[in-house]
Formats: sequence, structure tokens, C-alpha cells
Amino acid sequence: MTTTLRAPGLPRAGLFLLIGAGFSWLLLWVANGFSGDQVQWEGYLRVAMIASPLFALVGLGAFDYWFYWAAGRPTRPEDHSGHGARSWKDYFRVNTDHKVIGIQYVVTSFFFLFVGGLLAMLMRAELAQPGRQFVDANAFNGLFSVHASILIFLFIIPVFAGLANYVLPLMIGAPDMAFPRLNALSFWLLPIAGIMMLASFFAPGGSFATGWTAYAPLSTTAPVGQDFFTIGVQFAGASSIATALNFLVTIITMRAPGMSFFRMPLLVWANFSTSLLVVIATPFIAASQFFILLDRGLGFNFFNAANGGDVLMYQHVFWFYSHPAVYIMMLPGFGIVSEILAVKARKPIFGYRMMAFSLLAIVVLGFTVWAHHMFVSGMQEWIRIPMMVTTAVIAVPTGIKIFSWLATLWRGVLHLDTPMLFALGFLTMFTLGGISGVMLAMIPLTIHVSDTYFIVAHIHYVLFGGSLFTIFAGVYYWFPKMTGRMYDEKLGRLHFWVTFIFFNLTFAPMHLLGVEGMPRRVYDYAEEFAGLNLFISISSFILGLSTLVFAYNIVASWRGGPRAAANPWRALTLEWQVSSPPPIFNFDTVPTVVGGPYEYGVPGAVHGMFKGGARVEQPVGAAAEPARE
Amino acid sequence: MGPGEDTDGVRERRRGRGSIVPLVLLGAIAAALGVALGLLIDWFPTPASTQADPIDTLWDVLLIASVPIFVLVQSVVLYCVWKFRMRPGEELQDGPPIHGNTRLEVVWTVIPAILILGLCVYAYSVLNDIEEAQAGERRINVVGQQFTWTFEYPRPDGEPIRSTQLYLEEGKPVRFFLRSEDVIHDFWVPAFRMKLDAVPGITTEYRVTPTKVGTYPVVCAELCGIGHAYMRQTAHVLSSEDYEAKMRELAEGGGGASEAPGQAGQGGGTGEEGESAAAGKQVFTSQGCGGCHALADAGAAGTTGPDLDQVLRDMDADQIREAIVDPNAEIAEGFGPNIMPGNYGDTIPPDQLDALVSYLEEVSR
Repeated sequence: MTTTLRAPGLPRAGLFLLIGAGFSWLLLWVANGFSGDQVQWEGYLRVAMIASPLFALVGLGAFDYWFYWAAGRPTRPEDHSGHGARSWKDYFRVNTDHKVIGIQYVVTSFFFLFVGGLLAMLMRAELAQPGRQFVDANAFNGLFSVHASILIFLFIIPVFAGLANYVLPLMIGAPDMAFPRLNALSFWLLPIAGIMMLASFFAPGGSFATGWTAYAPLSTTAPVGQDFFTIGVQFAGASSIATALNFLVTIITMRAPGMSFFRMPLLVWANFSTSLLVVIATPFIAASQFFILLDRGLGFNFFNAANGGDVLMYQHVFWFYSHPAVYIMMLPGFGIVSEILAVKARKPIFGYRMMAFSLLAIVVLGFTVWAHHMFVSGMQEWIRIPMMVTTAVIAVPTGIKIFSWLATLWRGVLHLDTPMLFALGFLTMFTLGGISGVMLAMIPLTIHVSDTYFIVAHIHYVLFGGSLFTIFAGVYYWFPKMTGRMYDEKLGRLHFWVTFIFFNLTFAPMHLLGVEGMPRRVYDYAEEFAGLNLFISISSFILGLSTLVFAYNIVASWRGGPRAAANPWRALTLEWQVSSPPPIFNFDTVPTVVGGPYEYGVPGAVHGMFKGGARVEQPVGAAAEPARE
Repeated sequence: MGPGEDTDGVRERRRGRGSIVPLVLLGAIAAALGVALGLLIDWFPTPASTQADPIDTLWDVLLIASVPIFVLVQSVVLYCVWKFRMRPGEELQDGPPIHGNTRLEVVWTVIPAILILGLCVYAYSVLNDIEEAQAGERRINVVGQQFTWTFEYPRPDGEPIRSTQLYLEEGKPVRFFLRSEDVIHDFWVPAFRMKLDAVPGITTEYRVTPTKVGTYPVVCAELCGIGHAYMRQTAHVLSSEDYEAKMRELAEGGGGASEAPGQAGQGGGTGEEGESAAAGKQVFTSQGCGGCHALADAGAAGTTGPDLDQVLRDMDADQIREAIVDPNAEIAEGFGPNIMPGNYGDTIPPDQLDALVSYLEEVSR
């Protein structure tokens, strides 16, 4: 018993969680001694929510190595005992293997996808008819707030980090990420944020109910459930920043010999760009939520107009992160789609350099558009015009990408299997989301449709039709590599078609609802909107059910699918040149990169070679035939 | 036949299938149909202001500009799926190694950029159009609070007229000055197409010229708490005569207080019932009770909360006071908890609360 509690792991994490709670209580007891019992139980909760998870991470062993090192004690010998997974239990401890961490990330975030989706189903059940159906107004406001927060901070952002965690080091020919222990810590920060946000439903006064935007002063005066968001976001944000730094250092310093920047696969470029965005922008949302926490906990007056606070300042700081966040949630998807389209169309990516430069252009422009979320906020009027122009101009690099993908398809040999279907679904749906984005840049139109269902439609075309479709595409595409098994192609196609059809039936009518005048974030609505809302609700239930096909396919294939070959897609990039799943340190010999990543159709083209002259073959491809000796 | 020849043969066939003519034809037809469909849909609520037409026209222009781009992308995808999908026997084939085409890339960078900048210039002119100052603007203060709007019509002499429903005169330009008592709200009349946040600590403003007699919903478009969905009121656009009559009626207190609620309370310090009731009615109006509740005597017709003409009938003064101060203690049938703010006990001064309770008790008898 005591040995279990002394060794790093989940039991010790539980023990340390309790110690953290006790420590917080002690701190408050001392504070109350000085202040004359000024601190209420909410104060205790806030301190405990910050301290206990950190204690739990210590208990889990996330800091063990650094503590030993800092204390001058002999560090653990580098026997790689914390590396790799030999049984399922290895996924429930601090593990330094990027492949294990990648799967931890992906599985955890898909759990939150299902939770977030379920919250959406509850919302649609409530909205099926006007008036009250199942939940009261406060619970409804909580549903959409937690739905958005969970799916943004616990699904889309981390699932991309997870997929990239798995494949990015393989793609650049590295044995692991640059900072494996930091990588493990980044992952374990995530469940804390997720559990905290979900736990808010049990808070007195209900969960946080101010939207994922948490505008002050509504959030500074909300019941204690708000703190679960305010503090939870800090953990998710810290996780993002640490992962992004890790990616940047890994990409800059750990590329295989010969892997110049312009020989990197576009997924690597996309995560390089995304990581730049994360590192620069995420501190701003951390700041915005610390402001809220200080207003709530210590009575600061950042956003209290009566005491000289500035309400609009919150929105500027918040959107300075949260607009770039849209690209944080989209650029990795661009990377995934570039990989899949090239491989599945059997052609090089059209205009590779422009694809890379357009990513960087989006990064730069992404920081200059935040106030387009504030066209009706009452901010100074002149700033709307430059923000309109920059917002619209972002469509140019995005357009370059879309047209280049189309040109990549042209005259290819299109393998229309599940990853490709989702990639093509992304291409069509994201175009619609992008176009409504350009419409929303136009200030006079935004004045009418902001805060309506038009916005709900737009954001779901971007994040569901855009990001989620690329995530599904990526999961199917790398499933053989990650699990060593093949998924069921028939079920995959069924999943695509049900998702694609009912996604459109759910979200397309919302454009009309919004322009007609239905505001968003409402628990009840005028009678005239009843028909469309019922239609949307029914479609959304089927859309929700379609994810069960996916879940079944993944679980069943992982357990008993046919064994996957090393390179079932005949891809050139390095992750496919090792076994499925890859060896524990990825490459037995370091690869040397000698050409571009997408040279499909070029006779004799090679992307990487292994030391000792054994060339990475472009396996059995007819185009490679002439080059064969 | 060697493998190389086979590859070339297949490439040759695929090139032959890459003709662009059917794609252009199909795309053009689909684009025309898409634009026609987009323009046929009745998107907007009935326009009722001079701001509505330019915005609706902008929408049409945006549809005409963007639907063809959307259709172009769809057509290319579908065409590629149809023409270039892998056929049996092509499992091991690759496409031609085309790495790019500078001219094409310049074209699809420059054309969208020109299109987008053109749209920006047009949108800018529309913006100037709808925000232009008009001669003879009438000022109306819009005050948002959880969860109701109060409208103030300043008068050159004395206190402004107040109402919980918005009254506007047809054809007369109005300049709204928005304030908020608590959190951020957003004052939106979809029929006018204009909206803006009411932000605590600052006054924001926008202009509207109503053009059509009728009643239109007023909506709060910024999440403001539990009752956000219910923060819906009505805007009445009236003809000149009706508007004058309504203002006179409001000024005389027939549906809205004409004086500050505190004043009458101070004047009626004797505690005499009649005066106290008159003060109570002003409290009722100034606190925006009519935004959610119906009460015939005060001309209020809100539907968010219980109809006070019905529910107050069997209640005595203490019960009415409790229902205001602690609305969750006992909830009228058919309504949920936590919709009515629970802090009126703090925000309404005690003398005004007394006046309100005795007024409600009196009118419900």
C-alpha cells in the first residue's frame, strides 16, 4: 500500500490532491487569521482549484526528474523506463514517448468531443420547440458555455496537438520531441482543465454560463461556477504554450540531415505556424482570465465601470488571443489535408512554396484582425475600417490554399477512401465557412447579423466542416500507423456520408435563421422560428448518432482490425517508412532526406534514405519503376 | 510492354480526359442557379428603416460575388471526383508530377484580392450611408438592465418621458444613446438592421430613421444572464398624430412615469395611500417591471413573467413584497426559477419598494 502511494502514479496523484486541498485550507486559515475571517468559502475554492491540481501533478510524477535534479540528488539513470508503452497501463502514467503522448492526447480529446457533442444534443433538445422543454434558462446558458469551452480548449486545439505529437517527429526523422518530459507535463495539464470545466455543473448556482467568451462584467459578477472556467483555461493554455514551444524547438533543431525547411511536409509547416500563433497569442487569454479572477477573487476593478474599470478592455485582450485561436484551430487541419490530398491524388502538392508562405501570411495577418469580433461592441469607430480590410484580405492566402488543393486534384488518380472523402468534404465545407467569413468582414452586414444564428452557422462551418472534418481525415489516415491495424473502410464511408449530409442539414438553415433575426445564446425564441429549429434539432440528433459509427469503427478496428502494412497508402513521407506502429525510438538508423516530400509521379523520386545506402523505396509505385535497377 | 510505356499510356489517357470545357459550362450553369436561388430566398425580416435597404442590397451583392466562388470550388471537386477517380487497374498509377504554375498562382492571388478590396470599398460607402447624421434628429436614451429596456424621451423642460415599449415616429430620424445599468446588453431591432452594445460606463450611439408604421420586435443580442432570451420588447412606429398622442399620454403618466421615481416618493412622504400608489406606479415603470410583466393599470404587456393582473389577485402586501425581493421563494405556475433577478431588494430603495408594493396591492384588488 505505502509503496504504491510512494511511487509516482495515479494513486500518489490522488493523495497529493488531498494534500493540496489541505494546504489550500491552511493558507486560507492563516489569511483569515490576519484579515479577521474576510475570506469566504469561494476564496478557498479558488485557491484549491489552482493549488490542488499542481500538487496532483507532483504526485503523478510529472516533476520528479526536475526535483531530483534541482535538489542535487542523483537523477534517475537514463534507462528510458518511462518511455514507450508495453501495456495499456503505460497510457495512465507520465510517459515520455511522443507516440504514447500523442495517443493519450487524441483519446482524451475525443472523450471530450463526445461529452461536448452530448451537451449540444441537450441544447438542441431544449431548442426543438419554443418555451421550456427540459432545462431551465440557467442550465441552458451553462450548456452552451461548457459545450464551446470543452470543444475549443479540450478537443480541437489538443487533438491537433496530439496528432502532430504522434506524426511530426516521425515526419522530420527525429527520435522524439525535443523536451519529452515537458511534453508529458503538457498532456497531463489537459485532463485537469477538462475535469474542472465539467465539474462546474456541480457548483452552487450552476456551471459557468457566460459563454466561452466570458465577457465582463457578466463574468465578474457570475456565481462561483465561473471560476471553473477562469482557472480551467489557465491549465489548458499552459498546456498549449508548452506544447507549442516543444514543437518549435523540435522543428527547428531536430530535423533529419537534408530536411531543409522547404523539404518539410506541409503538416510540419502548419504546426510550425500554429506554434508561433500559440506562443504569441495564448498568454493574452491567460491574462484576460487572470484579470477576471482578480476582479472576482480580490475585488480588483479592471472591469468595474463604477470604479473606473474599462469593460471593453476585456474584449480587446480576449480577442487578441481568440481570433488567432481560430487559426490555431485551422492551420494544423490545413497541414493534414495537404498530406492526404497529395497522397490520395498521387500528385505533388501544387505550389508547395506558396502553400508554406500562405501559412506564414495567415499567421501575420491573424494578429491584425481581432477587433472584427467587436464591430457592435461600442469601441472607437475608426478602428473598424482597418480591421475590415485586414479581415477580408486574409481570404487571399486562404484562397491560395484552396485553389492549390484544387489544382493538386486536377488530373490526379483520386483514391476516394475515407480519409480522402473527409478531406474533400473539408475542402467544400470550409470554403463555405470562409465565404461567410468574408461576408462577416463587411461591417454593415455584421451590424445586422452579429450575435445571431448566422454567427453560429459560420463558426460551425469553420470548426466542424473545417477543423473536425480534417481531424476525422487525419485520424483515419494515420490510424494504421498509430495502431498497426486497418479501420473498416465501409463503416468509414458510412460515417462520412451521414456526417456530411446531416452536418449541412443542421447548420445550413442557421444562416437563414440568423439573418431573419434570431439571436444566438437564447434558451427561448419567437414562434416564427419554430419550424426551422425543429428541423435543425432532428438533423443534429442524426449528426450526433453518426459519431457512434466512428466510435465503433475505431474501437473494433483497434481491437481486431486486420494488421496494417508499414505503408498502406504508398506515401513518401518518413513516418510511413517505418513499421506500423513504429519502433520505440522511431528510426533504427537516422534517415537522410534527399528530396521533396510529395514527388508522386516523378520517376525515381525519393524523399528520404536510411544510412548505409538503403534507399527508402517508393514502394511498388509504377512511376518508380523506371528508376529501379 | 515495359512498365514505363504503360505509365505513359495511362498519362496520355488521363490528359485527354482533362478537358476544361464541360467543367466551365457546368460551373457557369450551377453558379447562375446558385445566385438565383440565393436571391430568391426571403432572407431578411420586413425592412422598416432607411438603413435596411443599403444593408439588404449589400447582402445581395455579397451573394452575387461569393456564390460563384463557392460553386467554382464545388464544381472542380465534383468534376475531379468524376473524371479523375481511380478506376480499376489504376491502383498503382500516379498522376503527372505538376509542381505548380506561376501564372496561375498569380491569377488566383490577384483576382480575389481585387474582388475583396472592391467589396471593402463598397461596404465602406454603405457604412457611411447608414451612419450619416440626419437633420432634425430626435434623441432617445435606451437604458438596458437585466432583463429589460427602458426608453427615455428627453423633453426641453423637466424630466424625460419614460416607457418600456419603444415609440418612434414614422420618417423622423432618431439618434439612440445607449447605456447599461449592469452588464453588457445589445439593442437590436431586426427590422431596422442596426444593433449596438449598451456598455456599462460608457454611452454608445447609433442612428435609425424608421420608415414604416407597424410593430417590430426589440431584441437583446448580447448574452446578459439568465433572462437574456426573454429580453424582448416591442418597437412601435407610429404616424405623426399617433406619436404625438402617445407622447402626451405618456407625459400624463398613462402608461409610463413622466417624473423621476424618487421625486414623487419624496413629495408623498405622508404615507397617504393614493399618493404612495402613484409613486409606486412610477417605480413600476422606471424599474422596467413592464418589460417582463403585464399589468393593465400601468399599460404593461410583458409576457416573460407572470401576468400580474392574474397572479396578484390573491396576494397580500407581504406576499407581494416577498415575490419581488425573493422571487424564487414561490414561483407562479408555468415559469422557471432564476429568471427574475433576485437583487431587487438591494437595488430598489426601501421607500420606493414600499410604494411599489402598496401600488401593486391596490391595483390588483
